[in-house]
Amino acid sequence: MKEMLNIKNLSAGYPKKRIFEHFNVTDIDAGNIVALVGPNAAGKSTLLKSIASLINVQGEINLGNDNLVQLSQENRSKIVGYMPQHQKTDVELTVLEALITALKVSPLDHNDNSEQTKTKAFDVLEQMDLIDIALEPLSNLSGGQRQMASLAQAIVRKPQILLLDEPTSALDLNHQITVMKMIKEYASKGNIVIMVLHDLNLASRWADILVVLNNAKIYSSGKAFAVVTPTMLKEVYQVEARVENCSNGYLQIMVDA
Amino acid sequence: MSVTNQHIPVLKAKRKEVEQLYAKKLSRRWLVLIALGIACLLSFCLDISTGPSLLKFSDVLKALFTPDSVAKGTSIIIWKVRMPYAVMAVLVGMALSLAGAEMQTILNNPLASPFTLGVSAAASLGAGLAIILGIGIPFLSENWIVSGNAFIFAFGSVLLLQALAKWRGAGVDVLVLFGIALVFTFNALVALLHFIATPEALQQLVFWNMGSLARSNWDKVQVLSIVVAIIIPFSMLASWKMTALRLGEERAQSFGINVKRLRFFSMLRISFLSATAVSFVGTIGFIGLVGPHIAKMLIGEDHRYWFPASLLTGALVMSLASVASKLLVPGALVPVGVVTSLVGIPVFLYLIIRKGKK
Repeated sequence: MKEMLNIKNLSAGYPKKRIFEHFNVTDIDAGNIVALVGPNAAGKSTLLKSIASLINVQGEINLGNDNLVQLSQENRSKIVGYMPQHQKTDVELTVLEALITALKVSPLDHNDNSEQTKTKAFDVLEQMDLIDIALEPLSNLSGGQRQMASLAQAIVRKPQILLLDEPTSALDLNHQITVMKMIKEYASKGNIVIMVLHDLNLASRWADILVVLNNAKIYSSGKAFAVVTPTMLKEVYQVEARVENCSNGYLQIMVDA
Repeated sequence: MSVTNQHIPVLKAKRKEVEQLYAKKLSRRWLVLIALGIACLLSFCLDISTGPSLLKFSDVLKALFTPDSVAKGTSIIIWKVRMPYAVMAVLVGMALSLAGAEMQTILNNPLASPFTLGVSAAASLGAGLAIILGIGIPFLSENWIVSGNAFIFAFGSVLLLQALAKWRGAGVDVLVLFGIALVFTFNALVALLHFIATPEALQQLVFWNMGSLARSNWDKVQVLSIVVAIIIPFSMLASWKMTALRLGEERAQSFGINVKRLRFFSMLRISFLSATAVSFVGTIGFIGLVGPHIAKMLIGEDHRYWFPASLLTGALVMSLASVASKLLVPGALVPVGVVTSLVGIPVFLYLIIRKGKK
């Protein structure tokens, strides 16, 4: 635990299309939340998949002294958790069964019996206020509920690096805050959370580091105050906008045109 | 956290309630499996008792457990004539249904089955080549040449699907389309064989294509039972991974599953199960589709239960179809493939309508 994440010289992409070349993001501290922001097709989801090694990757993704790229898929899955952007809608498994499957499929702790596995799954359901829908098939859930269930499937494995692809895109305001608070708490235990977000206000409010991606390159990165600027919004998003400081100390973006 | 302190006692009570409901659900699944097993056994006995001479149910049971206590004639009818058919029906139902369940999962398509993806059509072509052109594996006895050919073609067709999956990483949707293309191609080639066949050979091939248990014998039962017995444990070993695959390919990968490898070995199991079954009994439609769907409705999608349930529903439907094939037209044995298709089509339509409503 408490190890730093450094991505060095990362090249990644799809069989016929290389997206990233010699990409670097360094010094992500344990406990940090990183938000990947940027326009559509900037490479945010691809970067997330690269870190999870779900696509072809070369280079170094170092957590402490371990290069995650060189680990076996199974060993990597014990360190890196991933929540995809889209969830399947036709799955008859219940929310609880999905969590138990997540724990059982490549056991994190081989000594766990089914009772312990069940307890772990129920703990996460309780923590995320999902007990009411625990026995509902995923196919019966609303978009927002399905997204919460999907997040639970990633969190239940307690990965040291949690990768989330638009975890709040289907959630109402209240649930956005719930999820963000939960993510914050998860990170505060010494884990690293990297998430793709489209909502810049949300990203500014909750992330420790913002990484602005444009055309698969880093445009800028750092604290929200340094990164979210009218110039960035104009150059990267092509919008005229103001960035105001709210009385509560957070940034607020107001789009003019 | 959205959970405040005053919520905690309520939440604990709710958790306990849900835990109990889940435990009940699991025991209900076991009950369903046991009930299915009993239904299979009853249907199996019914299958043995029906035929040109209707045997008493009690005689069947006696002959099964204490063969010496029934008349010699009855014992011979049961053990030599009807038993291989009845056992074959159960085994074919199991093999095709399990193959269908595996295929639906790895192709992420509820309509996939060995029948819809060309395995049966390939077997028909293999059988046709043996029956009409006499082309077959050298040194195989007359008794086995049609089945041998059918097996090789059916097995080959799944390997072809497999090769396509590897070829430039074609996705599962492409694979399903390719399977459908295979069905049409093989059907066209079988039609070509029909065109050039002599009337006698044609009749033989048409009959083969209808799918029939009448070709069963103890040797074939033995081969199929060995294949089914060997494959089932491997399917069960993969059940967690297969369940995880239902949550999505990327998700499964992030759980540490090598999805390509999982698909490859599943395809291999499917090839053995469906090719062996189809090569012995001909084209039996829809079991591979209907069996897993009935099982899913009864037991859900947790593959630890869904696979055994599919085995049993497949066996049950096939065994009942075998009974129906003897009773539908008094005095005649309607090919069982015809019966399964006739049963299968309404179920198929129901599934489509149900899916449409969703």
